[in-house]
Order: sequence, then structure tokens, then C-alpha cells
Amino acid sequence: MSDTVDWTEAAPGVVYQRCTACDSRWYFRRSFCPRCGDSAPVVLQAEGLGHVHALSVVARAPCAALRPEVPYGIALVDADEGFRLMTRAAPGLRLGDRVRLRFILSAGALLPYCETTDHV
Amino acid sequence: MSFIRGAAALGYGKHPGRDTLDLMSDAAQRALDDAQLLRADIDGLLCGYSTTLPHLMLSTLFAEHFGLQPSYAHGMQLGGATGFAMVMLAHHLVDSGVVRRMLVVAGENRLTGQSRDAAVQTLAQVGHARYEVPLGATIPAYYGLVASRYLQEHGVSEADLAQLAVLMRRQAQLHPGAQFRDPITVNDVLASKPVASPLKLLDCCPVSDGAAAFVVSRDALPGPAVSIRGTGQAHTHQHVSAAPSLTRFGARESVARALSGAGIALSDVRYLGIYDSFTVTLAILLEEIGLCPRGQSGPFARDGYFDRSGALPLNTHGGLLSYGHCGVAGAMAHLVEACLQLTGRAGLRQAGSPALALLHGDGGVLSSHVSLVLEGRA
Repeated sequence: MSDTVDWTEAAPGVVYQRCTACDSRWYFRRSFCPRCGDSAPVVLQAEGLGHVHALSVVARAPCAALRPEVPYGIALVDADEGFRLMTRAAPGLRLGDRVRLRFILSAGALLPYCETTDHV
Repeated sequence: MSFIRGAAALGYGKHPGRDTLDLMSDAAQRALDDAQLLRADIDGLLCGYSTTLPHLMLSTLFAEHFGLQPSYAHGMQLGGATGFAMVMLAHHLVDSGVVRRMLVVAGENRLTGQSRDAAVQTLAQVGHARYEVPLGATIPAYYGLVASRYLQEHGVSEADLAQLAVLMRRQAQLHPGAQFRDPITVNDVLASKPVASPLKLLDCCPVSDGAAAFVVSRDALPGPAVSIRGTGQAHTHQHVSAAPSLTRFGARESVARALSGAGIALSDVRYLGIYDSFTVTLAILLEEIGLCPRGQSGPFARDGYFDRSGALPLNTHGGLLSYGHCGVAGAMAHLVEACLQLTGRAGLRQAGSPALALLHGDGGVLSSHVSLVLEGRA
């Protein structure tokens, strides 16, 4: 668990959890499986590949610090490992596109960012 | 059995210099007047939350201020679904005899009581504090994500969605309390400022000041009356990242529970009050509930199906999109309008003489659903 890298802890990686009892997978960290209640889920490093499920381009920033960054894309990405996460998104993506995650600094925060695998 | 014995909403928009308690008190007094009751006749109180007056005990704060000493009181928080959820609870508490007459009230100065940035930031907290909010996502962005999926899966265009904003504005023209009454066209919606694609400014409800209140009672006034016939809820998720589906939410299940309780079919309904925080919200709810085919809410709106004179009148006050959205009281205005329609008191906006109305609200990102079936006696 301690050797995983998690952007919510300012390190460039995405982690998810898997239940060893029922094989359920999920993104939001907790100490139990929300499906079967098992108390020993494992924390795993995601490879960072998936498909775009939904997209929006934000033109109205929620706060002054993000105002210089608009417009920026937000995506829901279905990761290959079987969980869904929200990320920033490269311009020009479409639903269903194959994407790879990298990490960007935005207003001082490290954030996951998805871009097409065609470019890399 | 319970009745909505009294109902009132203020005009929505700007109420400069009036705070949450001022606005709630104004609506509560009007609801009491409509119900022909005095403060001493009220033994129960349910309050919605206020983003401009966060408080641990808003119901007793309000009770003290307004002058009530109820035998039952508390607040409720369920986002945009709060108003209808309070009515559902009031119905069951009245029906089971816990209280005799419940005052349900909410309001706030969401527009003039805080900066626009503060409003946007407060509302963005509907997102996940660790996994969504840091990305700079906003409420319109969460709904923009939903809309991207909706447009693709059902082959709908942005112009189709715009028809719902045009419809709500058309309805609002006849209501003096509506925040926005100038007619708009599909092109106006399409040309309005981008907010979070595919949603533009006119796809989004405004931020408003306002308040609304009801008295839910065991007894009705003689003459025109509205009874609560069925109630239902469904809750599938909180955050859009965790939604089981972005095209099927809990609306159908919630409505099915309310219809079943009322012992009626969807086809018996003659008036609709449906939550419309964004054009896409209204489109998804209308279609998921089964009030029109998937992908067809825009064309139906264009063709007048949901107009006052149409087959199934909808939000004849103008909805959140044009009457305004002041938080919990936002959807309560849908219910006030439904009560007027069911009792033949909607004046120029009267849409025939509907006997059964369906109300549906959602909170979060189509996360929490509450449905009500009301019956009128004109």
C-alpha cells in the first residue's frame, strides 16, 4: 500500500481499490468494500490507460485562481482496470477516445490529465 | 391522508437587503394566509437549509424568529430535492398523526447575499472534495459531463436542448414573479456565453433570492383543495464519478413508487412540475420518467406539447430556468404553481382543469430523486 503513488497526495499517479472477496473495484478511497462490506480491500496502482466516457469544457472557472486557465477540459475516464475517474482533459478529445493519463500542475495543484494515445 | 392547505412563493430574483429569515418569514406568512391559519394553529415545522445562513438548527432559529413553538421541528438537506422531500415527510407525519399541521418553509438571499464566486464555490461542494473539486469542476461541469453522454447516446442536438429553455421562458412570460420574462429563441440559447460545454448560459438556471412555504395539514379548507396522493424517492449515488449510469438515473423508480402509492397510472397525470436546473436535467427527467420518448423532449417542447394549451402542461410558472432558483425553495415554486393549477386559481396561466399532477425533483447530480402525486378538487 505504501509504495503506490497518488495524485491526491501530490504524487504523479492514480490508485484504485479492489475487494479481494468479491472483486469489486472503485476509486474513492475507503477501508471496506462498499458492495460486500469486506474489510481488507487492496490499494493498487492504475496503469493510466482508458477511454473517455464523458467530456465538458469549463469556460466559467469556480474561483479566481483558475480563471487564467479557462477554458479547460474535464473528463470522466473509464480506466482499463474497471473503475471510473474524473480528470482534466486535452482539447479536441471525443467520447470513446482511447486516452493515457499524465499529470499537470494547475494553480499549484498536481492533477490527472488525459490525452489521446495517438500523440504518445 | 393529507392536504396542502396553503402554499405561497415570493417572486424570485433580487430582494436586496432581505436575508434568509426575512424571506422565509415572508413566504411563511403568505402560506398561513393562504391556509387561513394563525401561528398557534401550526404544531410542526420543517425547514430547508440556506447557503447564506449555514446554521446547526435553522428550524428552531426560524421558529423563534417567526414566533412558533412547535411540538416537532428540524431541518433537512437533500440539495434540490429537499423541498419535495420535506413535503413527503410532512405528508407521512401528518398521515400518521405525529403532527396536525406542518409548516414547510425554505428561502435564501442566494443572489444578493454573497458574491457570484462564493455561490459557485459553495455549490461546487456537491462534488467530491478530494477527487473532483480540485480539478476545477463546477456544478455546470458535472451536468455538462452528463449532457455530453446524453447528446451522444440519444442523437440529440444542442438546439433540441435549447427548446426546453425557450419553453420555460415562454411559460414565465405570464408570471409577474418570474426572474426572467423576455422571450428567447433557440438561437439566443445557442449564442449565449459558454459555461461548461455543451451547456451555455441560457441552458443553466439563474441564481436567485426567494422563498416558498406550504402548510401540510390533516384538514383542508372548504372548496378547492389539493391532497397528497402518493410519494416516492430513489437515491443512486452522490458524485457524478460514482453514478452507476450517466443516462439512467433513479427518476423512473422514484416516480413508480409515487404512482403506485397513489394507485394511478402515468397516463392519468394532467399537469407536470419537473426539476429543471439545466435544460439537460429536464430532458433526462422527462424522458426517463416516460413522459415522452428518449431524445424527444426538445421536439415535443418545440411543438407545444408541454405548453399551457398542450397535452401535458409543464412548469407553467417558468421553472428554475426562468422563474428562478434560490436553492431549496427553487423547486417549491413548481409545487406552488401545481397547487394553483389543481384548484383552478392560476389565472392567465390556467392550463385547463387538471385533476392529477406529478412533481419530480432531483438533488446533487441527478443523485437524489423525490416524486409526488397531487390531486386537486376544484
